Amino acid sequence: MSKLIEFCDVVKKFNGIPVLNGVTFSVEKGEVLCIVGPSGTGKSVTLKHLVRLLTPTSGSVIVDGVDVATCSDAELVKLRDRIGYLFQGGALLAWMTVAENVALPLEECTKLPDREIAVRVRHALRAVELVGAADKYPTEISGGMQKRAGLARAVVRESDIVLYDEPTSGLDPVTSITINRLIKKLNKELGITSIVVTHDLQGALAIADRILLLKGGKAVECSTPAEFTQSQKPDVREFLAAMKGETT
Amino acid sequence: MTIVREPMWDDAPRSRTQALCRHLLQFLSTLGWTARILVSSIAAFPSVLIRRSGRADFAAQLYIVGIRTLPVITVVSLFIGMILALQVGLELRRFNQEIYLGAAVMLTLLREMGPFACGISLAACVGSAIAAELGTMKVNDEIAALEIMSISPIRYLAAPRLLALIVMAPILAFYCSVIGTLGGGIVGSTQLNVFFQQYISSALSIAETKDLFVGLLKAGVFGMLIGTVSVAEGFGTKLGATGVGRSTQQSVIVNFLLILMFGYMITRVFYR
Repeated sequence: MSKLIEFCDVVKKFNGIPVLNGVTFSVEKGEVLCIVGPSGTGKSVTLKHLVRLLTPTSGSVIVDGVDVATCSDAELVKLRDRIGYLFQGGALLAWMTVAENVALPLEECTKLPDREIAVRVRHALRAVELVGAADKYPTEISGGMQKRAGLARAVVRESDIVLYDEPTSGLDPVTSITINRLIKKLNKELGITSIVVTHDLQGALAIADRILLLKGGKAVECSTPAEFTQSQKPDVREFLAAMKGETT
Repeated sequence: MTIVREPMWDDAPRSRTQALCRHLLQFLSTLGWTARILVSSIAAFPSVLIRRSGRADFAAQLYIVGIRTLPVITVVSLFIGMILALQVGLELRRFNQEIYLGAAVMLTLLREMGPFACGISLAACVGSAIAAELGTMKVNDEIAALEIMSISPIRYLAAPRLLALIVMAPILAFYCSVIGTLGGGIVGSTQLNVFFQQYISSALSIAETKDLFVGLLKAGVFGMLIGTVSVAEGFGTKLGATGVGRSTQQSVIVNFLLILMFGYMITRVFYR
């Protein structure tokens, strides 16, 4: 497998305070990388660097050979066309139905005929098990359904990279499992490279090819779930103990 | 043009002087950013009109700006006309010149008060709603989501709103002048013993085409200012619900001030 995403010694400061302090890791094509860690360690900030919602104070973020921070606007558009992004709240437009939200990127950014768009939307909604809610507005559906609708919108353009910002936060365990299964299913069936920022360690252990632990703005561990749980690094042990304490 | 902006500086200011300089630079940067929103939105007007979804958005905005504000604008302009007629009429009566009441009311409304009443009504009803709506979208990551999907928030959100305001403001300003003149006529005929027909003929005899066009130009400029300021405030929203409230308040204040300033400047240019 080849490296699709590379974070090279990325430092990001806000008001003089480093949130990311020399983060280095890479993601291979078709891989699911889960980023875990305590709140405020820069997990979502890491994700935002991949689509230039934020730019690093120093260091570089490379996606498929393109430096995201310095590439031209045209290159950025091409790059963003390949990336789906699931925001914490779904970020659905309130005045559109679920189906219209999912169709939005196709209607606005492609010249596909209406019929083809309808087929793709239906396919995406079926993948996230949301066909029955196609004509509902975001305020009429639950938080879990909103996230699934956001996921359908993120993959409807057949993106090969999908970034998930806390896809299971605030959801009940059953819905969390459904979302995690969907992430894995999309990864397996469509070969989507996924980066998942999550607080759900059990979910991360179930779906990740590798788990990255961020602490104090640094990547302290990046390994397979089996290696992660066996790691003897004090930061990992401390994190696992804290998560264990939280679940018991 | 990128809407989701990062802070200009990664580090904290080292001194008060540096902090002051940064505030100044931030202010100038925001001014430049607002001007870029205006220019980019105007450049996106053809795209709004060409695309089917753009035309639908534009029609929806025309309805919001033009039809939904009608009740407020009708009441505001009616009372402005009535107040004007009462104040001016009482003074004219002292000199037995009530026959000029229609002319005085009509001229004031066409040149100043019609566009002004329309401007403040639009700033309060539409501008604040635009700032609040876009601000909420910003804090809910909807604007960021659009940018990531390569959908320009300028073309998709700003341009239809700005275009609708520029198109509807002159029409509403003319409507304000008509309703205000009628309100003045009602006061004239019921309280100042000026026959309605005499009032109307006096109004029509004095008004010139220039007065109408300057008023319409003013209203168009007000529409452009309200749209630009409200969109910029909405797009610039930070800090959650508090930020949305602040942006909404700020858009109304800035719009009111700009309406007064530009109103004076346009009058100064055309009536020397």
